[in-house]
Amino acid sequence: MGKIKDQYQKLQEQAQKLTLSPDVIQIRVGSATCENASGAREVAEEFKKNIVVYGSDNVKLLTVGCTGRCSCEPIVSVSKPGKKMVVYQKVDRETAHKIFVSHIKEDRLVEESLLGDASIYNTNKSQTAYSPSQQNLAGFPMTEEFLKLYGDIPFYNSQTRIALRNSGIINPESLHEYISRQGFLGLNIVLDKADPEWVVDQISIAKLRGRGGGGFPTGKKWHLARMSEEKIRYVVCNADEGDPGAFMDRSLLESDPFSVIEGMIIAGYAIGAQKGFFYIRAEYPLAVERVQKAIDLCHKEGLLGKDIWGTGFNFELEIRLGAGAFVCGEETALIHSIEGERGQPRTRPPYPVVKGLWNKPTVINNVETLANIPAIMVMEANNFNKIGTAVSGGTKVFALAGKVNHTGLVEVPMGTSLREVVFGIGGGIPNGKKLKAVQTGGPSGGLLPYSVIDTPIDYDTLAASGSIMGSGGMIVLDEDDCAVDVAKFFLIFTQDESCGKCSPCREGTLRMLEILERITSGNGTLEDLVNLERLANLVKKASLCGLGKAAPNPVLSTLKHFRDEYLAHVVDKRCPAKKCAALIRYEIDPEKCVGCTACARVCPVKCITGERKFAHIIDQKQCIKCGACFNICKFSAVKKT
Amino acid sequence: MNNNLKNVCCSGDCSKNEKDCIEASRDLFPENILKFIEQCLKDEHPNSQLITVLHKVQDHFGYLSPQTMDAVAYLMQIPAAKVSGVASFYHYFRLKPCGKHVISVCLGTACYVNGAEAVLKKFSEELGIKEGETTHDGMFTLEIARCLGACALAPVVKIGDDIHSQVTPDKVPFIISSCLKK
Ligand SMILES: Cc1cc2nc3c(=O)[nH]c(=O)nc-3n(C[C@H](O)[C@H](O)[C@H](O)COP(=O)(O)O)c2cc1C
Ligand code: SF4
Ligand code: SF4
Ligand code: SF4
Ligand code: FES
Repeated sequence: MGKIKDQYQKLQEQAQKLTLSPDVIQIRVGSATCENASGAREVAEEFKKNIVVYGSDNVKLLTVGCTGRCSCEPIVSVSKPGKKMVVYQKVDRETAHKIFVSHIKEDRLVEESLLGDASIYNTNKSQTAYSPSQQNLAGFPMTEEFLKLYGDIPFYNSQTRIALRNSGIINPESLHEYISRQGFLGLNIVLDKADPEWVVDQISIAKLRGRGGGGFPTGKKWHLARMSEEKIRYVVCNADEGDPGAFMDRSLLESDPFSVIEGMIIAGYAIGAQKGFFYIRAEYPLAVERVQKAIDLCHKEGLLGKDIWGTGFNFELEIRLGAGAFVCGEETALIHSIEGERGQPRTRPPYPVVKGLWNKPTVINNVETLANIPAIMVMEANNFNKIGTAVSGGTKVFALAGKVNHTGLVEVPMGTSLREVVFGIGGGIPNGKKLKAVQTGGPSGGLLPYSVIDTPIDYDTLAASGSIMGSGGMIVLDEDDCAVDVAKFFLIFTQDESCGKCSPCREGTLRMLEILERITSGNGTLEDLVNLERLANLVKKASLCGLGKAAPNPVLSTLKHFRDEYLAHVVDKRCPAKKCAALIRYEIDPEKCVGCTACARVCPVKCITGERKFAHIIDQKQCIKCGACFNICKFSAVKKT
Repeated sequence: MNNNLKNVCCSGDCSKNEKDCIEASRDLFPENILKFIEQCLKDEHPNSQLITVLHKVQDHFGYLSPQTMDAVAYLMQIPAAKVSGVASFYHYFRLKPCGKHVISVCLGTACYVNGAEAVLKKFSEELGIKEGETTHDGMFTLEIARCLGACALAPVVKIGDDIHSQVTPDKVPFIISSCLKK
């Protein structure tokens, strides 16, 4: 059995040989979709040019994935021998050049562009003590490196990174970089042990629950697939990421595809599958490209294919693309889609673990779930389950977006409070506004009001608050957002995405949407509210698949937590957040109006009249509430009520 | 050529023989697509590659025309009705020709709460078309996207392979004119 370990040893040695010597100055530039959108490519070019121009052989430009600090991108980090890594934010060509000539050449930090305070970087000692959950990561090179590199920098220092352990650190297209950080050690441990049952037990002991939203215990799912009498079995990675507002899975696949592949291979071994599929949404071309490259590299090294490490275990991976249908994230619809059919769900049971792809037992797991698997094997289930809550081990990655200062990816232990995520790591709400609610679970979730801000985040607690954990999308709403409008937004989405197979969802969501449209346009009645709630509960009960069953959640949770706002729309014909156009009134304050005529000139329906230098007036009957006058008036004379 | 094909793949009231039909279908596609289809036919579950093939066809032609769908049906030996049934189910597949630049304005949650509607409106005004439409000169198609995965940089607009972040209505004219220069 030592043979298998030896093979890994050899891989490790190869990888170490290719690793840069510590005497080299390393510049890391991100290269995920969001980084590229912020101009990371030009920044990388600038560094390349500088390296050539200055003939700096000892400087190496490294392309890495995304560290998740999206609102500060492009992020550049510079590691000099024997010194702490320095991180820069919002770097453009010019700053890149400055970093090169001043920091790299002369050791002077470009202070105005640093991420965090200069004092962090001016000492080699780490200033932040590990939190209890971070302490569980220490001692494992795989998970500790992130803490060593980023542990003092705000935003990162309160995170516990397991799934995102390599994101932003390694080159996502380099197998040796992955291996040099204990990559494929998990698989090696598994194959060396040669006991699939043991693997499944470890996953159960780890208390790993599905990160795709449902929270089903992963060990149990694998166990069910193992029990099947069928010999042909499949593993599927669900990378459909349909929640519009979530991007954890995209970032993970673009930044560290090997960890997900390793997770897939281990899953395949544990359940006795020889073939796995990545189902990736077509909207993520870069993720598709990186996963394909990674699969090819693994093939070359014999980590995929026939007789892996001489164990007799064969495993192949193939990518299948989605085509823009939210419902295809649902397991049975996803299976139909991989089979080349219309992505319509079917009733369960039978569950995919019994009858899945081509009627064979199929384990479907989310990207993040799979990325955790190698880490569990390396750090051992009993350490993994110390992080998180008593019923749910490990961490969860959230995609923080909306009205929050630090948008980006945040990985925290299960059971962390919303306050810590939104106000701690997220840095609170911009422009001095107040937090109104946090939306989790996307179109299948709900709005969590300020009152639950201290509730620990977990599958069960969020469900009790009327939302769901979901796959990790977390959209922060401030006082300018209208709860009714947000509910309507999600209903437009689910109504459009309903596959049409069953009538409660197809018709019910349409009726609900009609009611919401009436309410937001000022024509709602109290009876509408009663009907809305009744319909919502009906659709929830009677729909065939998860899409329909969860579609009413945004409505039900807002009715529960923001009923006052519904009443204001229906009874007072007022939108307290001043969002629903039909319920807003624009008026000119004659005291403040100086008669500059600017508003009259921009009004598209020419309904503002008045003489130059005299107060103007809006003809309310004709006003289409476009807001143009409000935006243009320099004297704050136009009031929005 | 196209007329032939229309005959080829209709429900059978044409006089062409199957060989001609396949030949005509082959003429429509570039080598890489033909190769891929050939490869698929050797697969254990050849039909399962239908969506992949449709992606490749759309990548090449910009959209799926009745002719190209019929040709896919023929070459993959899948009923034409099923091919169009699958193509019409998925939002990603375009059944109408599109302009040179396809502008996708994201209306996902993060983009929506950060003001994407105003951005869409501005594009619509500037181009004089509604979502789903193409300008007369064939330069622009305006589309809505459901999250492009760059939510932290909302509102986001995708044009070709480029993602524009934190787009505001006043940046729209500039974005349009920079497309025209390409
Ligand atoms: C409408 C709908 C959409 C879904 N979308 C996704 C998705 O985008 N990604 C995902 O991993 N799971 C999604 N799920 C959950 C999956 O059906 C499934 O539970 C999950 O992939 C299982 O993996 P896990 O146990 O690792 O979470 C969706 C479910 C429903 C009902
Ligand atoms: S609940 Fe909606 S999405 Fe699900 S099967 Fe029924 S119609 Fe289709
Ligand atoms: S823009 Fe303002 S100040 Fe000028 S006329 Fe209009 S309301 Fe009066
Ligand atoms: S809101 Fe628009 S339509 Fe109404 S008065 Fe102002 S500019 Fe004119
Ligand atoms: S919501 Fe627009 S990119 Fe995600």
